[in-house]
Amino acid sequence: MTEEEKLIRFNSLIEQDEKIEPKDWMPEAYRKTVLRQMTQHAHSEVIGMQPEGNWVLRAPTLRAKKILLAKIQDEGGHGLYLYSAAETLGMDRSTMIQQLHEGKAKYSHIFNYPTLNWADIGAIGWLVDGAAIVNQVSLQRTSYGPYARAMVRICKEESFHQRQGYEIMAHMMEGTKAQREMAQDAMNRWWWPSLMMFGPSDKDSWHTQESMHWKIKRSSNDDLRQKFIDKTVDQAYVIGLTVPDKDLKFNEATSHWEIGAINWDEFWNVVKGNGLCNHKRISHHIQFHNLGKWVREAIMAYAEKNNQLQTSN
Amino acid sequence: MENNNDQLPLWEVFIQKGGSPFKHEGSIHASDKNMALQNARDIYTRRGEGRLIWVVPSNAIASTSVEDEAEFFDPSDDKIYRHPTFYKMPEGAKNI
Amino acid sequence: MTTNEALFNFSLRIADDNLVLAQRLAEWCSRGPILEEDLAITNISLDLLGEAEDFYEYAASLGDEKKSADDLAFLRSEREYFNHLLVEQPNGDFACTMMKQMLYAGYAKHFYEALLNSKDETLGALANKGLKEVKYHFRHSSEWIIRFGKGTEESQLKCNKAIEELWRFTDDLFEMNATDKILMTQGISCSLMEIHPLWKAEISHVLDEAGIAIPEVNNAIKGGINGLHTEHLGQLLCEMQYLQRAHPGAKW
Repeated sequence: MTEEEKLIRFNSLIEQDEKIEPKDWMPEAYRKTVLRQMTQHAHSEVIGMQPEGNWVLRAPTLRAKKILLAKIQDEGGHGLYLYSAAETLGMDRSTMIQQLHEGKAKYSHIFNYPTLNWADIGAIGWLVDGAAIVNQVSLQRTSYGPYARAMVRICKEESFHQRQGYEIMAHMMEGTKAQREMAQDAMNRWWWPSLMMFGPSDKDSWHTQESMHWKIKRSSNDDLRQKFIDKTVDQAYVIGLTVPDKDLKFNEATSHWEIGAINWDEFWNVVKGNGLCNHKRISHHIQFHNLGKWVREAIMAYAEKNNQLQTSN
Repeated sequence: MENNNDQLPLWEVFIQKGGSPFKHEGSIHASDKNMALQNARDIYTRRGEGRLIWVVPSNAIASTSVEDEAEFFDPSDDKIYRHPTFYKMPEGAKNI
Repeated sequence: MTTNEALFNFSLRIADDNLVLAQRLAEWCSRGPILEEDLAITNISLDLLGEAEDFYEYAASLGDEKKSADDLAFLRSEREYFNHLLVEQPNGDFACTMMKQMLYAGYAKHFYEALLNSKDETLGALANKGLKEVKYHFRHSSEWIIRFGKGTEESQLKCNKAIEELWRFTDDLFEMNATDKILMTQGISCSLMEIHPLWKAEISHVLDEAGIAIPEVNNAIKGGINGLHTEHLGQLLCEMQYLQRAHPGAKW
């Protein structure tokens, strides 16, 4: 096949909503974009274990401890599915981790915020996972096969995450004054960063247009954000939480909630490394990755010795 | 950076549920067979999805290539007589 | 002590072992040597948490005060905890954690096996559920010890250090007190003296294969089942019980 024929075949696969598979020919820019998005997504899942891990030893009941631990484990598992999908494009996981450590690969800005009280665990499940799910449901139809299949699996497993978070918030809103204050405090700190998770407005995002064309991305940032806002504002009212936005209003004509201006300066400031926890998140990952080095060396040495034994027998 | 060269080998994971055929679920890293089986269990069967697990070193899998596609699969396209709908049954015949 | 009180103490002892070890393993969350093992450790921790909850609930049903499983877990102090000293020891490095896990799971396996014949049906049923889990934990941790024992010089050294550190807490696993005496005469519990040689044979098999010698130490330390602990337990409980202690009466 000539280069031109390959491109025609690729475009027709995209056109017909067929999946692109690892061995298929693909334009270099497509490969780069998919790989970047998958590794970024994988790193986000793995780094996301830290803010929740901050409360796993202090979870207030046996039930809460089990749920939180299982949830963090799921995040690690989702990181694995995504690393595994990204590896189909020929980059190995240790290279991806190295890029994370060197700051060449990004992860979601949201995990650079601290978890300061137990309600933050509720807010992460309800708002952060809630926002992530809206995005991930849409990505189940992404054009790269391994990515789409990982998303199907992740969406199936994530369905309990948001519910458990909302349940924590609901319980705390029915609790003591101190508990209600914690819940509102968490709401105040996580609401806006959650909205930022969908990324800059479509008119400012060049990536979006390119990714939409190749069906890597299936819905625009603003559409997904609106979907999240509409369902979440109502959920907040049901349990008595105040949405920290004085400009928030319901537009009867469009049946959508309209929010005030998002502070994108804050977003870019955190992306640039000035969040409360950017440094901690990466140095934690580097520290424990390096601490595990002797383990990885030992098991490889053991495997090699065993293989030699087997072949010499 | 000191994390070069400590990539553990990649394994492909296949899981059988109920009476269905083994299905490819994804991959994991492990240094030996036992670890690969246990990692596959912890990563792909956390919700009781499994009955049996196979793990195969990824580099042991032979695969057709995209270039082979036409040669391998197009010849079956015109053999419609392999499908039951190819045959016309006499009117009134049932359970066939 | 009545039989009921003895059964209450005995259930608490098993629950405390499970909870304290689960809490220790949860400390590894996001800190594992490979991501796959991070998930494996969490799975073990979740198994143990489930066992802890079952035994606390059983204890709660036996106690005369109206205490819930959570009250028992989160509102008792270190002098009221009956877990063995081994499980409260700090994780140390990954070799030390796996050594502790292997030593404990080996014990739990034979302990649960003996409890299968308990005249108390609930204990027997809970032991049956736990047995499947600790068998897997034993297999998992044993394989790690063998890999380390036969891996690199460094991993061997770490394994040797781990067994030297932890061996002093293993006699404590087989200590018995008045609780055991009462339950043994009723056929509810078993003699830990009989389990000791079974455990020793099983873990020796693993250590032999790994090429790790059992240390000849005489400074065995005992006290866990009587509420006498190393200082580590108080720190662990302080963190674990923080919210329940800071907000008395709050529901979560």
